[in-house]
Amino acid sequence: MMKGMKEQRNTGKGPRQLRPENAKKTLIRLFSYFKFNKMLFFGGIFFIVLGSAAEIGINGMLSPVIDTLVGNYDKGRFITYIAIMVLMVAVIAVSQYAGNLFMARLAQKTVHKIREEMFEHMEKLPVSYFDSHTHGELMSTFTNDVDMLNQSLEQSVSQVLISVVTVVGTFAMMLFLSPLMTLVVAVMLGLMLLVAKNIGQKSSSNFRIQQAAMGEMNGYIEEMMSGQKVVKVFNYEDRAIESFNERNEEMRKASTRASTYGVMIMPIMGNLSYVKYAIVSMLGAYLVMLNKFSIGNLASFLQYTRTVSRPITQVSNQLNTLFAALAGAERIFRVLDESIETDEGDVVLASECEGKNNLCWKLPKEDGGVELVSLKGNIQFKDVDFGYVSGAKVLKKINLYAKPGQKIAFVGSTGAGKTTITNLINRFYEINDGEILYDGIDIRRINKFDLRSTMSIVLQDVHLFEGTVADNIRYGRLDASDEEVVAAAKLANAHYFIKHLPQGYDTMLTADGQNLSQGERQLLSIARAAIADPAILILDEATSSVDTRTEKLISEGMDKLMNGRTTFVIAHRLSTVRDSNAIMVLESGEIIERGDHDDLMKQKGRYYQLNMGVAELE
Amino acid sequence: MKKLLPFMKKYMKYAVLCPIMMILEVMADIIIPYLMALIVDVGIAGRDVGYVVKMGIIMIFAALFGMVMGIISSHYGATAGYGFAAEIRKETFKKVQSFSFANLDKFSVSSLITRLTNDCNTLGQVAMMSLRMAVRAPFMMIFALIMALRINAPLASVFMVTIPLTVALIALILTKARPLFIKMQSRVDRVNAVIQENLVGIRVVKSFNRQKYEEMKFKERNDSLRDTALKAISIIIFFMPILTLITYATIIAVLWFGGKQIVAGTMGSGELLSFITYITQILMSLMMLTFFFMQFLRGSASAARIAEVLDTETEIVEIDNPVMSVKDGSISFRDVSFSYPLSSEKALKNINFEIATGETIGIIGSTGSSKSTLIQMIPRLFDVTDGSVAVGGIDVKNYHLETLRDKVAFVLQKNVLFTGTIRENMKWGNENATDEQIINALRQSQAWEFVSSYDDGLDHKVEQGGDNFSGGQKQRLTIARALIKSPKILILDDSTSAVDMTTDAKIQRAFKSELSDITVIIIAQRISSIQHADRIIVMNEGEIESTGSHEELIVNSPIYREIYESQQKGVVGQ
Repeated sequence: MMKGMKEQRNTGKGPRQLRPENAKKTLIRLFSYFKFNKMLFFGGIFFIVLGSAAEIGINGMLSPVIDTLVGNYDKGRFITYIAIMVLMVAVIAVSQYAGNLFMARLAQKTVHKIREEMFEHMEKLPVSYFDSHTHGELMSTFTNDVDMLNQSLEQSVSQVLISVVTVVGTFAMMLFLSPLMTLVVAVMLGLMLLVAKNIGQKSSSNFRIQQAAMGEMNGYIEEMMSGQKVVKVFNYEDRAIESFNERNEEMRKASTRASTYGVMIMPIMGNLSYVKYAIVSMLGAYLVMLNKFSIGNLASFLQYTRTVSRPITQVSNQLNTLFAALAGAERIFRVLDESIETDEGDVVLASECEGKNNLCWKLPKEDGGVELVSLKGNIQFKDVDFGYVSGAKVLKKINLYAKPGQKIAFVGSTGAGKTTITNLINRFYEINDGEILYDGIDIRRINKFDLRSTMSIVLQDVHLFEGTVADNIRYGRLDASDEEVVAAAKLANAHYFIKHLPQGYDTMLTADGQNLSQGERQLLSIARAAIADPAILILDEATSSVDTRTEKLISEGMDKLMNGRTTFVIAHRLSTVRDSNAIMVLESGEIIERGDHDDLMKQKGRYYQLNMGVAELE
Repeated sequence: MKKLLPFMKKYMKYAVLCPIMMILEVMADIIIPYLMALIVDVGIAGRDVGYVVKMGIIMIFAALFGMVMGIISSHYGATAGYGFAAEIRKETFKKVQSFSFANLDKFSVSSLITRLTNDCNTLGQVAMMSLRMAVRAPFMMIFALIMALRINAPLASVFMVTIPLTVALIALILTKARPLFIKMQSRVDRVNAVIQENLVGIRVVKSFNRQKYEEMKFKERNDSLRDTALKAISIIIFFMPILTLITYATIIAVLWFGGKQIVAGTMGSGELLSFITYITQILMSLMMLTFFFMQFLRGSASAARIAEVLDTETEIVEIDNPVMSVKDGSISFRDVSFSYPLSSEKALKNINFEIATGETIGIIGSTGSSKSTLIQMIPRLFDVTDGSVAVGGIDVKNYHLETLRDKVAFVLQKNVLFTGTIRENMKWGNENATDEQIINALRQSQAWEFVSSYDDGLDHKVEQGGDNFSGGQKQRLTIARALIKSPKILILDDSTSAVDMTTDAKIQRAFKSELSDITVIIIAQRISSIQHADRIIVMNEGEIESTGSHEELIVNSPIYREIYESQQKGVVGQ
């Protein structure tokens, strides 16, 4: 349909970017969402910091407790210390709960808001955006990227925060206990960081290789599964298995490597931390023997030695998630930054007039006054040029005139530009040159909402919505009564088959009406267009095969619908155009012949040939 | 999950060694706090620097040993886990290749894709986790318990309260949270459904000005998702603080009771310290196990879905010593009846006809008249329920399947091209086809005209599914692909519906003049595509309504006449 556009499409098959391009900018923008939830944000931080501080404190309590026990035992002091510890535990539990709760709420609310903004923005994006991006790509931003963001807001943020507090607080306490041993710990930690960084790099480069292998393999699986029946009829099974096995093996090797590095970090960090623990034990014991250190101090210090290295493993784990989430957030913001469909139209519809459905156009004049033009449905194309991409014209110098009650048909081979016409009248795309006049008004001056409310399109690929049959018909006019829904279905010849559905008009349609046949879906979409009672009707015939009986029902339904409206038909079958007032034969974007059926047959041109393609054989 | 275990066979060595290494690592990790206790209680108490250094060095070696074991175990675990996944994926893919059309119809394309991608990956990860976590956690707990008992058995009785309490709490939280998470998932699905609908149907939304309406719909679902998520999360959030609470409560209890023993001189302070370390290790193991169980549940769902594919038996089987060549393109149907699996209704009823080799046959009838079903019996894509189908005088069930399908070229209604070049796609029909043969086939199917207009000709790229071609072009390419097989029978299942009539007529003529020796069967909606066939079969509700030439049927068949008239009115005029 839009070849030029398709070539530009990002197929979305490649691995998605895992690193943000501008982390700082994205973070700042993300933080701006927290300002709606200041309480949660600062409250969350407060409790997380409090909890981590209390946890450091409770480990510090080991020191006096043990010293009390080994030295001169004082029962009163021992009980006091234990009581303080109990109190601290209460603080830890409460602040852990409150901190997590606040963060989770913050995450949910933020993600909720982002989702809402994204959807609202999506509704405002121009059709060209959807034509140039795959659904999968957008869907993935909506689901995976938003999920990832949610996850890291819920967990990574507090994890990183806890880690920072723990490292800073623990170091302070260790310094207080013994600067010398703190130095030893710091050196060991530096070593561990180095190792972690190294493995992290290896892990992420291997992870990228794995992603690529996975993309390659998944692409192959997708393609073969979709074409499995073709594989069967061509005896292609063995060749398919062979190429699959190659990709599968690549994937296996890549994942094994990536995962080895990914998992290895835990035992390495854990055990290096034990090495550090051993050194501290030795050194500490020596200091105790020199009476420079108490056993209680050693107990607390050993505890700190263990807790201070945990954040390194955790942060290095979280960092990847965090980066991936930021990269996702960037994609989300990119969607939000897409420019929306613009509308400078100052001509709006006014009711209580003489036009169709008592409507007319309200034209503001330069002197401040208003001119009223009755809504009729006259359409004029004046030297219209159009291309989806600049330079490649799909339509050239199109001129035509259509009045209410007339049926204008477009015929021509695939790629001649027929379907493009449906995109122009309702301004899904803006023309490059020339003018389209609606009741004498340039459509670029008409408010898009009002413009579209006066026309209905029946598209080639019928799209229905989740809901009942009646809901789907009512989509054309939300306030239609049940009687009007039935009347519209009758007009579209859809009533008969609806009556035979299990629950009639209340039958639920599954996603995109998959439980109806192609023909039935088409009938429903005609009913949906009928109920809107538009001045202009645009019908893009379905290309897929519908059996003759249903085709007859559809064309009868359409004929009834056309009555008293300006109708444009994009014909894919010659049988439906014969009774048109004018037939436009399109070839490479130009109208090469025009006239009614009899005129064109007499001309013995392209139209005649198209028809005679059948006759020639006889 | 059990059913899939044999796939581990190839990587058995790694699957066995990984947990062993892991256990060794755990042992090293467990011994370290104990050595520390010795340093404090024996070394410091006896003021023995030599002892302290000796124990310290043993600790370092234990840690290094643990690290090496951990690294090896990581590698073995990954090798076994992803090897396991690759084996499953390989077998599953192979299984799908052996599927009949009936099997393929049962599983949808997207469900097969998820099984081969996500489900297999999940299984690999779960296998790796099972080999590591599921071993690490219980052993850690057992060893730590043993150490605690060794150090101070009376004090260890505190675990009799702590462990059951933790397990009970975990169970409680999980059972409470599970239904909420299931509910949350359904809310997520509802939100995604609206997004998907709006992505696909944006033109409808916009042309009916329904943006606000859709926004309202989305808002309602998005709000309900947030509310459910918050409910589910607020339960999960209890988990961590309660576990912390239990851990510290245990530590304080140990300090309390242990403290008294230290004062009494029955316990060393180093022992108390290592005891505290064991407490954290035991409770951490419990948390790890919980996490593992959640992953395992996810894995067993995937395993069930894979097993479903692997357990499916294809009902189309070859006989022993099958016939290896097809004599000619004659076809005969004798008393053929057919019903689809799980359907009681007969899709074909008592079909009888003979087609001589080289004949051109048209088949027409409304949707649901089983035209496609009928011809799928010929290359044995389905097996008849009753009666028999013969090709070249021999029952199709007696043929070597590959031979039969090689000689019966079938152009499917929903046809697909594959990523690659035009030439690569054409070679599906015959791996060894020369450019000349390919061009010839493209000429016959009237595709050469546009293919030759590309600068890169046969090397022109085909995108996935052939989406860079128009419907008509795609159909012409798929017809050429079938012709390259040089078949004895060519079946076109509504394969020219998107081709314009002039081109369609040219294709028909090419068949007549150049492929007069092969049998051609054409299913079509358009009379013009079949009216020049030698004979036309009119199908109605699974039965042959009538057979004959175009002229005969116009007179004899009311169905044919009705179709003809409805399609004629555009051409002849009033």
